[in-house]
Amino acid sequence: MTAVLPPRSAEALQRAWLTDLEDEAIHILREVLGQFERPVLLFSGGKDSIVMLHLAQKAFWPSRLPFPVMHIDTGHNFAEVIEYRDRVVAESGIKLIVASVQEAIDAGRVTETPGQTRNPLQTIPLLDAITSNAFDAVLGGARRDEEKARAKERVFSVRDDFGQWDPRNQRPELWDLYNGQHRRGEHVRVFPLSNWTELDIWAYIEREAIEVPSIYFAHEREVFDRDGMLLAVTEWTQPRDGETARVESVRYRTVGDATCTGSIRSIATDVAAIVTETAASTISERGATRADDRASEAAMEDRKRQGYF
Amino acid sequence: MPGDLLRVVTAGSVDDGKSTLVGRLLHDAKAVLADQMTAVEAASERRGYVGADLALLVDGLRAEREQGITIDVAYRYFATANRTFILADTPGHVQYTRNTVTGASTADVAVILVDARSGVVEQTKRHLAVASLLRVSEIVLAVNKMDLVDYAEEVFDRIVADFSVAASNLKDDHFTPIPIAALAGDNVVDRSMNMSWYAGAPLLEFLETVEPAARPDLPARLPVQVVIRPRTAEHPDYRGYAGRVEAGILRRGDKVQVLPSGRHSIVEGIDTPDGELEAAAAGRSVTVRLADDVDIARGDLIVVEGDPQPVLKRELDATVCWLTDKPLRAGDRYLLRHTTRAVRAIIDSIESRLDIATVTPMAGDELGLNDIGTVRIRLADTIVADAYEVNRSTGAFLLVDETSGATVAAGLVR
Repeated sequence: MTAVLPPRSAEALQRAWLTDLEDEAIHILREVLGQFERPVLLFSGGKDSIVMLHLAQKAFWPSRLPFPVMHIDTGHNFAEVIEYRDRVVAESGIKLIVASVQEAIDAGRVTETPGQTRNPLQTIPLLDAITSNAFDAVLGGARRDEEKARAKERVFSVRDDFGQWDPRNQRPELWDLYNGQHRRGEHVRVFPLSNWTELDIWAYIEREAIEVPSIYFAHEREVFDRDGMLLAVTEWTQPRDGETARVESVRYRTVGDATCTGSIRSIATDVAAIVTETAASTISERGATRADDRASEAAMEDRKRQGYF
Repeated sequence: MPGDLLRVVTAGSVDDGKSTLVGRLLHDAKAVLADQMTAVEAASERRGYVGADLALLVDGLRAEREQGITIDVAYRYFATANRTFILADTPGHVQYTRNTVTGASTADVAVILVDARSGVVEQTKRHLAVASLLRVSEIVLAVNKMDLVDYAEEVFDRIVADFSVAASNLKDDHFTPIPIAALAGDNVVDRSMNMSWYAGAPLLEFLETVEPAARPDLPARLPVQVVIRPRTAEHPDYRGYAGRVEAGILRRGDKVQVLPSGRHSIVEGIDTPDGELEAAAAGRSVTVRLADDVDIARGDLIVVEGDPQPVLKRELDATVCWLTDKPLRAGDRYLLRHTTRAVRAIIDSIESRLDIATVTPMAGDELGLNDIGTVRIRLADTIVADAYEVNRSTGAFLLVDETSGATVAAGLVR
């Protein structure tokens, strides 16, 4: 996270380091097309995946996106995000693959624990979809600044047949020489936004004038407090005894499964205001909004080892 | 210059306090957020520590926290009003030296930590050798734990003298020594009140103001990553070569040569989705159109004509850092990955191995894990390379084990 906001002049909006980060991400995306047969880009309609799609379109311009996008759908979605996802895909003629957690539950591939978030259940449908589509490179929008275990992730990260991440046995990654060599059955997760921070993402969305789903902007919503998070009242999340719902002006900093993604109090109604709020924030993105990372000190590491994003 | 991106690598041996230094830097630069600090305080208390252990901010893996050591490179991001930083915190244990090599390969500045009580040790020399070899342009010697030697100037001076000897053996005697106490924060962000004898800048101020030495000025090089052929109604005949400018400045109208084929052409346009560019400097990802219809594929290098030109090579003299347990011997076969090209390679001979204690090359017939040595390599196909000291991008390569896919060596063309 970044603590100090640079002066907001016309020159500052150019933000030289954003161009550096963009050039690096485009270089990585092109290496993926150069080194792999069947890449896929994970696209949830969240801000990081939106930036990824934007960069991928720039990387191969004026060609169309040379690979499909895939959403691992928990079924617990924000309507605004799904609407955005479907519209963007339709407008640009991109092929969308949806891997459904609900279908995996119905097929008995995964078991849902009542009252628990479906986020960890995404791993099996993700790995199933990678296998059935024979994807060899999976492009994700994870950033190293999000979480301590992610800070140790490579840009090209090899997963074995079981989709597992072995953090103690990672390939050294030198210069900008990315090693995509892998065996049959293995695939490589690729993270072009590794070196971006949350502030970089918003500053870039502002610079490039990229559209994002409306739930990222301050809006009135019925919410309630749980474990120090502001959860929305939805079909799947209802206040329990002792929790009271009320209407507040909120926005989302991350967009994930609706059952574990909290909102924050905000009056930021445009991207410039979000940039300002992000720069001044004293709480990390995941700390503010993700119940799934609060389970233990190593919650993310454990999920990643199993094959999570 | 605001908006600058500076890449920094920290290296040191076990218990030199690297993670503490990084934690302190992030904390004092106000890049640690309230919930992260609360989590660190809670974790410190569970472990029975007095006060918050800032190292827990960076040690991300379960095994690291359990053993209280750093195992893998951790990347940290922070910004001040003057600069944006990417910080690679690399482990101290000898068996993890390969991660120091990883961190150093992209760094502008290397901060090498030394414990004031133990001074320059073998690991310090190894890190210095790595930073020097990989041409990290600025090296900082951070003498840590000055509080434990009563902030004594003589202790600092003696360590600086020892480090100087090792540095001059490597013919790289430009470095900046800074006495610090990371735990208490002396000379990390704020000037220390305990070392009035030190007139230089605290570490953060140095990092904010240092201008890494400019790379040698070369004619532009563009390794082709992907050929862009949309074949759409809008762009039926478009043919562009996508890649990153890896040296110099590429300009529209430049006379270029395509290597290894040797065909000549002229840069007709430099395209980006935001519009055409007149010129693109090193680092920019662009798509280039050429005036002539030449046969170009991924792996080719587009070079602006002029000196020095890169060299076509089927045999390489190279320095390698060996990164895996199984030793490197003459006759071994690997895949060599250089720019956007991958060719089969055979190790012809091992010429020398660097003795870390004396920082001098010795005869040797194999290289073990973490060894640095010089080798001769024979290639199944041509690569187009510069010496690493002339250009990092066209002078660097990896050796890859074709069966496991593992990256086994970092290589530098001599």
